[in-house]
Amino acid sequence: MISPGGTRRSLARVARMALYALPLAFLAVFLFYPLLSILGVSLAPQGRLDLSALGELVRNGYYRRTIWFTTWQAVLSTALTLALGLPGAYVFARYAFPGKQLLRALTTIPFVLPTVVVASAFRALLGPQGRLNLALMETLGLERPPLNLQHTLAIILIAHVFYNYTVVLRLVSGFWANLDPRLEEAGAVLGAGRWRLFREVTLPLLTPAVAAAALLVFVFCFTSFGVVLLLGGPRFATVEVEIYYQTVSFLNLPMAAALSLVQILFTTVLIWLYTRLQARTTVPLNLRPRSMTTRPAQGWRARLMVAFNVGLIVLMLALPLLALVERSLATADGYSLAYYRELSVNRRGSVLFVPPLEAVRNSVSFALVTVALALTLGTLAAQILASQGNARARAKGGAAILVRGLRALLDPIFMLPLGVSAVTLGLGYIVALDTPPLNLRTSAWLTPLAHTLVALPFVVRTLLPALRGMNPRWREAAAVLGAPPWRVWLEVDLVIIGRAMLVAAAFAFTVSMGEFGATSLIARPDRPTMPVAISRFLSQPGALNQGQALAMSALLMGVCMVAFMAIERLRVGEIGEF
Amino acid sequence: MRNLMLVLGLTLMLAACAGAETPTTAPGATATPAAPRVVTLMSHDSFAVSEQVIAEFEAQYNAKVAFLPAGDAGAALNQAILSAGNPMADVFFGVDNTFLGRALQADIFEPYASPELAHIPDALELDPQHRLLPVDYGDVCLNYDKAWFEKAGVAPPSGLDDLTQPEYKGLLVVENPATSSPGLAFMLATIGHFGEDGWLDFWAALRDNDVLVTSGWEEAYWSESTWAGGGGRPLVVSYATSPAAEVYFSEGALDAPPTSNVLGPGACFRQIEFVGILAGTENRDLAERLIDFMLGQRFQEDIPLQMFVFPANEQADLPDFYRWAEQPTEPAEVDAARIQSQRETWVQQWTETVLR
Repeated sequence: MISPGGTRRSLARVARMALYALPLAFLAVFLFYPLLSILGVSLAPQGRLDLSALGELVRNGYYRRTIWFTTWQAVLSTALTLALGLPGAYVFARYAFPGKQLLRALTTIPFVLPTVVVASAFRALLGPQGRLNLALMETLGLERPPLNLQHTLAIILIAHVFYNYTVVLRLVSGFWANLDPRLEEAGAVLGAGRWRLFREVTLPLLTPAVAAAALLVFVFCFTSFGVVLLLGGPRFATVEVEIYYQTVSFLNLPMAAALSLVQILFTTVLIWLYTRLQARTTVPLNLRPRSMTTRPAQGWRARLMVAFNVGLIVLMLALPLLALVERSLATADGYSLAYYRELSVNRRGSVLFVPPLEAVRNSVSFALVTVALALTLGTLAAQILASQGNARARAKGGAAILVRGLRALLDPIFMLPLGVSAVTLGLGYIVALDTPPLNLRTSAWLTPLAHTLVALPFVVRTLLPALRGMNPRWREAAAVLGAPPWRVWLEVDLVIIGRAMLVAAAFAFTVSMGEFGATSLIARPDRPTMPVAISRFLSQPGALNQGQALAMSALLMGVCMVAFMAIERLRVGEIGEF
Repeated sequence: MRNLMLVLGLTLMLAACAGAETPTTAPGATATPAAPRVVTLMSHDSFAVSEQVIAEFEAQYNAKVAFLPAGDAGAALNQAILSAGNPMADVFFGVDNTFLGRALQADIFEPYASPELAHIPDALELDPQHRLLPVDYGDVCLNYDKAWFEKAGVAPPSGLDDLTQPEYKGLLVVENPATSSPGLAFMLATIGHFGEDGWLDFWAALRDNDVLVTSGWEEAYWSESTWAGGGGRPLVVSYATSPAAEVYFSEGALDAPPTSNVLGPGACFRQIEFVGILAGTENRDLAERLIDFMLGQRFQEDIPLQMFVFPANEQADLPDFYRWAEQPTEPAEVDAARIQSQRETWVQQWTETVLR
């Protein structure tokens, strides 16, 4: 049985296993080990397990109500985001129109903005003294502001759509753009109407991408923190907000740990259900380059559709952002760049002063490390998950059964970083990563590593629909023609998932540029990022501080716009066409 | 391509570990004769100091001070407690009197009776064993919009009791004591002023008088206040030094603050901030020098401009614009041990009364 070829094949298998082990090792060291450590310290402080906090959580009506609220607001937010995002995804997938790239980059900007800045932009537009209310009062001749959104469920939902619209738009339109339009054309030839075509042809094919986007949005809203805390006000609390109260305010670690466990449980069950669903809905497709699938908007129906969605993006996303930029330019003496100039003045000679360029450099270098790490690990992870249904991977024997059992758990595991409380994990790093060679507690690496953890689920979710939708015969054809495995990957897989990789890179970059929650709660050596600089300005009174915070926010938006446009334009050979 | 990715992945992982092995800011970095010794100062995010001042310390002791900001006051203390015995830093700054009991109970600080304590009033020294030494203090007070009250023809409130009167309906914004340090301080002021029997009645009346609660100081000050946020509330829980800071950060446009403080008896709560040596440090001698320096005149005179609080050392002079920084004569008094034991109960009672 043993032949030179067999040895090479088994060597290749060992190499592949080692490669696949990388993302799992990463999660083991930077997610599970810290998580289990902090849960251990919290729930078994003297080495004896004490689950009374879990009992209290079940008995106390307040915590039950918190879990219930967390769930239904996330359901509502997800439904709303899908309802608004799917038409947008259609337009971006099927039509070419001027300003498309710019608009797509724009939709991603909210993702990077700190909640406190977004909250102030919203209030400038929608608050009691906001532009919209003043305009309505003037036109309708009202005495009092007609819209009162402050500290309401409505503003939480609006903010969740504001933040997550881009997830639906990018994930779904990215996949939609590569769907073969001939399938629909065939249906049309057979006499199906527009609506029937969508319901019976397009929607079923799109389901994997839509489900992936919905899952991401749901988990994001389920663990929502800043939006609920700042815009929802103190009467609303999600589980994540409650974990923060229990940890930072009451130093009640057992209750915080119990709540974290509930959050993890909910997320895991949800992802498991999703995995079951999507395994049944994915079919191999002949994906097409986008130059074959997009066309200019012609006819009144198409034009109206484009105009409606562009209008929606401008109204919902661009206006609050423009309001921010406008306020960063408005000084006591009219419009000027005074706040931008002030950014580079260390007026008080503070040792913790951050020159703006240094903040940009810190943010961008953390983001680049995050992109490199998250894409490498995420691509490997997505390959493992995609090969689940692959016949070649089905080996015989007990070990193979074990491997299959593990694989059923893999999907939830790669989503888990989004379901784990940032507060809990931050403390886990303190407890777990405290001895060499892993004494990372005060290392500058901790920030990009934490960012990679958050970015990983986005990368995996973005790549999976493309990988799973790929027709396996293409790979087989390449292999039959004599291409070694690495060449098959390079010339088939990479070309097909190249587009998805660019989208994933944009997500990883964004997550890192804007992430503030997790890293604001862990100690870090003084390499302040742009969000950190913004929060420093906002922590002291005075017009100059507010102005500089706004100027730094505008700068953050600018840097991200440039980066997104660069990613959009990136084309290496055929990569990016798909 | 796979090999390439393997190499890339491994390189990054190795680099991550290498980064861990050579921490530039970790305590106990071994000293070579020429290289400066590193002493690490862990703090909350609001800590600040002048470059010039720290440079003087570094030159005097051939030291390098590494800063480790670790989130807000509660988050930073939590991390220090969780790393007990294997500290991330040598010195910790930023335990305030509301967290003092918790910090001492966790036993993470080593006693050190600095000679500089001679210049610090006894009233600020809350730990007789000198595990935590007072560095600065500041009062959480109500700021009011001077122009707004003048225009409305209403006198600003003179103390807490006024706030439940009809003429102040819908004018006040406070922060949630569960998420905000000034919010907690203001709640403690009401407990000190009205007593443990009467404070919840006051809050019930305040709720009926349409008090607005925000999660944090930033939101209250930047979004709800009439002077800084374009909001509708001319009374905001903030710091007694905020009016002075308004002048300082006004681009030179203001020569008097737009706001003033409500300073009636018991209307403010005094926050005292402490510094201590983390137990288990390998740089005890340098940590002591750093604490002496932080309590000494040079550093203390730098505090008002950097952190907008008052220096604990009586010898320290105040900068000129501090003439706008008022101080209450009778801040509310609440025992630190009582705060520690009742904190969670009080916040829960407050939440039940004001939010539910």
